[in-house]
Amino acid sequence: MNELEIELLKLIERNANLEADKIAKLMGKDIEEIRELIKELEKKKAILGYSTLIDWAKVLDKEEVTAMVDVKVTPARGVGFDKVAERIYRFPEVKAVYLMSGSYDLSVSIKGNTMTEIGRFISEKLSTLESVLSTTTHFVLKRYKHDGIILEDNDEEDKRIVVSP
Amino acid sequence: MNKVSYISRNVAELKPSGIRRFFDLAAQMDDVISLGVGEPDFVTPWNFIEQSFHALEQGYTSYTENAGMIELRKEISSYLQKSFRLDYSPDDQVIVSVGASQAIDLALRTIVDQGDEVIVAEPSFVAYAPAVRLAGGTPVTIQTQPEYEFKLQAHQIEEAITPRTKAIMLCNPNNPTGTFLSGDELAQLAAVIERHDLLVLSDEIYAELTYDETYTSFPSIDGMKERTILISGFSKAFAMTGWRLGYAAGPSEIIAAMVKIHQYTMMCAPTMAQHAALEALKNGKPSVQEMIESYKQRRNFIVSSLNELGLYCPNPGGAFYAFPSIKATGLTSAEFAEQLLQEEHVAVIPGDVFGESGEGYIRCSYATSLKQLDEAMNRMKRFMEKRV
Ligand SMILES: Cc1ncc(COP(=O)(O)O)c(C=O)c1O
Repeated sequence: MNELEIELLKLIERNANLEADKIAKLMGKDIEEIRELIKELEKKKAILGYSTLIDWAKVLDKEEVTAMVDVKVTPARGVGFDKVAERIYRFPEVKAVYLMSGSYDLSVSIKGNTMTEIGRFISEKLSTLESVLSTTTHFVLKRYKHDGIILEDNDEEDKRIVVSP
Repeated sequence: MNKVSYISRNVAELKPSGIRRFFDLAAQMDDVISLGVGEPDFVTPWNFIEQSFHALEQGYTSYTENAGMIELRKEISSYLQKSFRLDYSPDDQVIVSVGASQAIDLALRTIVDQGDEVIVAEPSFVAYAPAVRLAGGTPVTIQTQPEYEFKLQAHQIEEAITPRTKAIMLCNPNNPTGTFLSGDELAQLAAVIERHDLLVLSDEIYAELTYDETYTSFPSIDGMKERTILISGFSKAFAMTGWRLGYAAGPSEIIAAMVKIHQYTMMCAPTMAQHAALEALKNGKPSVQEMIESYKQRRNFIVSSLNELGLYCPNPGGAFYAFPSIKATGLTSAEFAEQLLQEEHVAVIPGDVFGESGEGYIRCSYATSLKQLDEAMNRMKRFMEKRV
């Protein structure tokens, strides 16, 4: 990965909405070169998709519920944790799965409409998987910062005086 | 009682800065996009702020040594070594000041006798000439020229020198032009300076903010260290304008004299700011690097946009200012800036407030968010379409 690619990725990581002509101007390149580069990065799967960070709490009456579940599992011969991880991440309710060091194995993030719904998913689908030994569920009460973005940031306003030497 | 008559002649004769009038105009409007701000748009990196909280919690609320905390002077000394290969002893060759502004004032008061001349290359930071006057000296201005991209030429220094010339102010990269002088270009100036035995006040507060070539610090040029007072600070590269923290480094005799004035008129720079600066030098490099990358991108953006609008603008090598020509419009700098502000609510600074040869140019700071810059360029496009 060269410097140019890294610079471009950092720019669109912060703002997937940035148009190619602006990227070109910012990086001092021409627009065709930037379009080419983006295509290549998509092909290489360095860029996996473009998503929008939404604060659903501002839109829906009913807030979504998120739970982080610590899962202990028995790894399977030959495939280690990968097989059981796949069994878990295939469920659409599951938004993220990470293999962890420490006192449990998989960290699973689950979204649902209510706590009951998530509870049912865990007791019926997740903990009944053969290799799952135990689960510990933590419900998210409030999101302060997500993916590097502070949610209730009232600090956007420019506090500088309008003209200075 | 005629109160005005009590004001010293020196102060009474000082012209108020041309920036001030613009401030008053712009401050009355809402939805102004300001490209008139001479400071970073970034808030101070959190770890610097947090270190200052910590120091306050620990009870560091008293004066420090006059020259600044020794730990900070040591960090400044090692930073200058690592970044610019400069050797200054933290014990007697560094002073921590209240912004680079105070370091400039201290340096001038230290070296200027009544009537001494100090050469100032304009367009320049607006404080230089008044600071020379307040120190009792006479500023002798040189007008750098657009055909040399506002780079100071050795022959211009030669022509400005008189038997009363004591020192010259250099600023690299320059505010307001963004002009960057390379090591070779500085060496040519150094030759004249040495021949005429001048002292140099080298304002290098934008030294970190250079985007194309490697930076040469003036005192690192052969023979220049002994005749240079290096001036810098935390305001720009470290995004710490409001903390009011700067420093000077130079020959121990001169620094000692500066400390003498400082001890009687200031005591020391703010303690909590010194603690934040310590963190900035120890652990601030990644944040500084990130800001530099962002300024460079925005520099590219504004320069290509201005040129597209027909406002000719060569690529400035440093600082965070673009200095495009507005001559194509037939307007003066002041007319352009005023009309742009009234019609499109975009604030820029007319170039002539920084010196005569800035007439026909405007200073646009690109230390503002891309979103704002983009909107400013759209508004300026509309403004230009009505005129050319
Ligand atoms: C060239 C130059 N020198 C010095 C200063 C003053 O900086 P400080 O905030 O450190 O006093 C400025 C600020 O605008 C500047 O542009």
